Formats: sequence, structure tokens, C-alpha cells
Amino acid sequence: MSDARTAILGRLRASGQTGPLPDLDTAVLERKQWPATERAALLRKGMEAVHTEFLEATPADWPAVVRACCDREGFKNLLFGPTSEAGSALAAAWAPGGTHLMPYDRPVEAFKDELFTGVDAGFTGTVGGIAETGGLLLMPGPAEPRLMSLVPPIHIALLRSSTIQDTFWSAVKHLGWGRALPPNALLISGPSKTADIEQTLAYGVHGPKRLIVVLVDDLY
Amino acid sequence: MHADTEIKFRDSAAKALLDPQLRANFRRAMDGLIFKRKAQFPNPRDLEDLRDLSTAIRSRSLLNLPALLEQFETQATKNGIQVHWAETCDQANELILGILRSKGAKTLVKGKSMVSEEMHLNAFLEEHGIEALESDLGEYIIQLDGETPSHIIMPAIHKNKNQIARQFSQKIKDAKYTEDVDELTAMARKVLRQKFLDADAGLSGVNFAVAETGTLCLVENEGNGRMSTHVPPIHIAVMGLEKVVATLEDVAPLYAILTRSATGQAVSTYFNLITAPRGAGEKDGPQEMHLVILDNGRSRIYADPQLQATLRCIRCGACMNHCPVYTRVGGHAYEAVYPGPIGKILTPQTEGVGVRHDLIHGSSLCGACGEVCPVKIPIPEILVRLRREATHEDVGSQVNGKGTGRTATEDWAWRLWALANKRPALYRVITWFATRFGNALPAGAPLIKDWTRTRTKPVPARRSLSERVRAKGVPHV
Ligand code: SF4
Repeated sequence: MSDARTAILGRLRASGQTGPLPDLDTAVLERKQWPATERAALLRKGMEAVHTEFLEATPADWPAVVRACCDREGFKNLLFGPTSEAGSALAAAWAPGGTHLMPYDRPVEAFKDELFTGVDAGFTGTVGGIAETGGLLLMPGPAEPRLMSLVPPIHIALLRSSTIQDTFWSAVKHLGWGRALPPNALLISGPSKTADIEQTLAYGVHGPKRLIVVLVDDLY
Repeated sequence: MHADTEIKFRDSAAKALLDPQLRANFRRAMDGLIFKRKAQFPNPRDLEDLRDLSTAIRSRSLLNLPALLEQFETQATKNGIQVHWAETCDQANELILGILRSKGAKTLVKGKSMVSEEMHLNAFLEEHGIEALESDLGEYIIQLDGETPSHIIMPAIHKNKNQIARQFSQKIKDAKYTEDVDELTAMARKVLRQKFLDADAGLSGVNFAVAETGTLCLVENEGNGRMSTHVPPIHIAVMGLEKVVATLEDVAPLYAILTRSATGQAVSTYFNLITAPRGAGEKDGPQEMHLVILDNGRSRIYADPQLQATLRCIRCGACMNHCPVYTRVGGHAYEAVYPGPIGKILTPQTEGVGVRHDLIHGSSLCGACGEVCPVKIPIPEILVRLRREATHEDVGSQVNGKGTGRTATEDWAWRLWALANKRPALYRVITWFATRFGNALPAGAPLIKDWTRTRTKPVPARRSLSERVRAKGVPHV
């Protein structure tokens, strides 16, 4: 259909819509700033309002916090990325017995049915958070495949306070996503939800029914 | 000349007004949305600044459109996305069918896409033996009943939960009757999860396309968009050619104002940035990605400096939520893919101002739509312009179907009006008769009937203004 391409671009060019480009005044975005120490609380407020759960942890004890959560919930297994930074740290601290740590180490085609029906929860790291509205930034890839934060009914995400940015706009700049984006990048602000029936909120429509954030306080 | 046959909107609106359930469903939903949007903008200055910025970003993108589209195509292709172009909906449908056939795909699971509604893709694929299943809960609900969306963001807003409960218990295998929203949602989840797992391909729309990185941005709450784009082996995206913006930094404010204007959310549950299919070392994601860029009349809209503003739209739906007409008649009365104020300016431009002049006139021009639009599209001004276009054949105008909305009656009425206003003697005779005998005309007389259908008959004054002024002794009037 390169004919269509030529015709469409030709028509757009022929109409000669040029002129001075309007200025972009981004002051409204720049105004949104908070001290690093306040960002975690703000993020938490935004995300709790949409049913995200939080667990507090320190840089040293977060693997134990994840483990305790799994034991408490009685998960039979937890899907994780064995080669990711967060995943390998979790595995190193994982004592045998109880919840089985299940590595996502093969192409999805090899265990699609099991992924959809046999996994209790998925664990991922994050690359940042958004203070203004609440939200986690994820960068799925070879070490943490895309479906880990989507298909299991519960998603546990590790977030370090120091990585929380003011706004999505400032995060995009900070992470350099504007210039080169990974194959998939993602903002998640809560468990999957819908209001399509009579505007009544219902959680867990397609994606995870619960989102649990393990918030690591690493600012001091 | 166009006959007075196209009065679809008037008749279907009149019908909708008689349905108290429908009116209650819309009123409740729209009130909620108006309230939630307002709560998101506590500071009027922030709102205005954000609207100005968003408007400037969309205007810039349009001014640069051909270059940005090419840049986007180059970058997306480099990322491994196959880019296709379609001038018409037919071409776009054929392209998608071709992709599916070449892979032997029999089932397609869909995330929400208004462009695919515009293409009537589902019906087209079904005709060709491919199952196209909607997975957005609202879209799924209306697809079960063979309906079309009545709102661009909340497609099943016209239904209440009793209606949905009945429908699920009849149409979903082994489903029991329940009015519990959580249980209804769980039923749909169960059916659709299996469909995601089994589908040969997935389809999605696009909220923004980033030229610099070749990225497709998808806004959603449910996760069905992520499922449709990441679980099946093939992902096909469709978008109107106006969706492209220069950079991801440009997307940030548009995204911020989109969710707030649409549903009164500061942020959606998911904002998914898809730049490439499954890459080296990746264990999931689609193996193949396609993007179909659709024109369908957009390049013609683009050619007009005033009407081009139509293409700034980010499909938030705020104009319909705030429209007094939409709220009362609902989305289906428009008999168009895009209902409400944006539909009233978009549909006549794509389908022809003559064919859909019912829509251009179905507005009180109250201005609410223009006031809330996050990208400041002057919808009322555009409506007035299209009203002119429908009856004039202005040189240089590229409006689709210009002049085809003229009717013989209206033509004659204006000719008489012009004549009377050019000849003072004639004017005086007419006003003399109108003031003395105008009241004798029955309300059901031709022409007057159109006015009195929904209004009381105007009663002419007993003396015209100029007569009264003259009687007071003012000369030369
Ligand atoms: S015209 Fe404006 S208010 Fe209406 S859907 Fe488009 S962006 Fe939203």
C-alpha cells in the first residue's frame, strides 16, 4: 500500500499548513515539585486511593518482607526473574520450604497455560515511581518479562524511595526515555480495574486483582 | 440540491427522549463524570496552563504532521514494527485481513479502539470467517448484544446492571443471574482470560504515537489492552494519522490532561509504551507487530486551517459528558461512530456535510464543549462554519460535500427574505399583513409546523416596530 502512503503524505504536504510553531510553556509541569523525603508519602496516598497495598521495608530486610508476605498469604509459588537485580537478590535470600520461587526463564510458549492458571503471584522490580499521581515505572525485558506484572492474580513490586520522581514528565526526562525507549515500558498505578458497569468500580477485571508495593526506604 | 430526508438525528433524538430509563442512566453517569473531572482541577490556573500547553503541543504536531509521520515510520520500522497506510476504511480492513490470513489466524482479541469501530472491522472480519472479540468490559457487554458504543470512553454507559445481569445469564455459558458488579466482572474475566490465551492475534488502538522513538502509547484501566497486545503472537495496532506527536516529553502533559478530562482520574491504571515486538533474549511479547495508519478523510480536514483543529482531539469524551444534548438523548441517537459534540463536527466532515447536516444543526451552541475541551477545539465555531459549508459552495473550500445540504424550501425562504429586505415598499406590505393576519396561520401550517413541533407558535405583535416609531412622530423610518 505504498500508493496510499504517497497519496496521503502528498495530500498533507500539498495543503501547505506551515507557520510559526506555538511556544511550549511547561511552567505548569515544572511547578509540580516536592522534596525527596515527601515523595514516597504522596505516591502512597495516590496509589492507596486505588487499592494498592503497601509493605514497608529497609534496604537490608526487603527480601524477608517479601517472604513474610508470601507465607502470610499462603502463596504456593511466586514467579520471578532470576537474572534481574531484584530477582537475584530475592533468590539469594530465599530459604527453602514454603512458597516456591518459580523462575520465568523460558519463552512464554513453553508454559503459557501454567502462567495463566498455575501462578499465585508475580514479583518484579521497578525503575522508578511518580509522586504527583502515584504510580510505578517498570521496564520489562529479558530479565523481567512483560507478562510477569500482568497475568498472575497478584503483583508484588519492589520500589526504592530514592527512585521516586515528581511527575511522569520529570521521570521521562530523568530516565532518558524520551531519546531511546526500551521495547516495553510501563506505568502502573494500581490493580486492574473497571467502571464499565454502572460506573461502579470493580477490581481485577483482566490484570492483577491485587498490587502490593514493597516500599524500601533508602533515603537516609 | 439535497432533499429534506436526512433528519435521522431529530427523529432518533425524539425517540430517545421518551425513554426514561435511558435518560436516567445517562444523567447519572454524566453527573458523576462532570463532578470527578472538576475535582481533578482544584486550581483553575493549573487547568488553563495545562490546556494551553496541550493545545500548543497538538497544534505543533499538526503543523509538522507529514514530517512527524515520516519520522515515526522510519523509527518504528527500525524497531521492528511493520507500518502500513490506508486511505480508506476498506483498505485498512483489507490490510488487516491480509495480515491475519498470511498467518492463518482465525481469532482476534481486541483492546478498545474507536478507529476499528470507524472501520466496522468486527463485521468485516466475521464476514471473512475470523472471530473478532472485544475484551474491554464495556465493549464486550455491547458486543454480546450486537450494539455499538454509546460513548467513546464508556461504551456500555447506556445499560444498567439489571440489563447486563440478564444479558450475561442468557449469553454466557453456565452463568447464573446476579446483579453483583464484582461477580459480573469476574464472569467476564473468566471468559476473556481463556480468549487471550487462545487468540491467534491481538488488536489495539493507539492514544499517542511518538515520532522520535517510534513508540505506541496506550492508556487503560483494565489490563485488556496489555493482554491483547502482549499475549497473542501478533499485535496489530490501528490509528488515525493525526495521533503522532514529536517526543515522549510531549506525551506527558497530554496524558495528564487526558485521564483527568475523561474519567476524572489523575492517572490511569496502566500507561503502556510499546516500542518494539519481542526482542533478542525476551521471553514474551508479540513476535510480530503491525501498525495501520488510517486517513479516512482526515487529510481533507487537515487541508482547512480552521477545521484542522478538529484533528487536535485526544478522544477524552469530556465534550459529550458536558453536552446538554448528549446527556439527554444518549450516544446512539447520533447514529454515528463518534457521538456527542466531537462527533457532530467529525462525522459531517468525513461523511459529507450534506449527508449529515442533521448533526450540525442538532446543537444549541451553548459552548460547554469548547469550554471543557482539553485541547481547546472551538467546537461551536466549527459547527457554525459547517452549517455555512452545508449550504454554500465557497471557492477554495475543501469541505466534503459542501453545498449539498441546501434545500429548495430554505433557498426560497432566503430569496424572499432578501427580496423583502431590498424593497422597503414590499417589506412594509409584508409586515403589515404579518402583524394583522400572521396570527391566523394555524400552528400546523407547512414550515410553521417544523417550528411548532416542539415550541409554541410565536405571536406577531399587533404593530411593527417601525409603525410604532412612526406613530410617535419619528420621521424617515
Ligand atoms: S473534542 Fe476535545 S473534549 Fe471532545 S473528545 Fe476531543 S479532546 Fe475531548
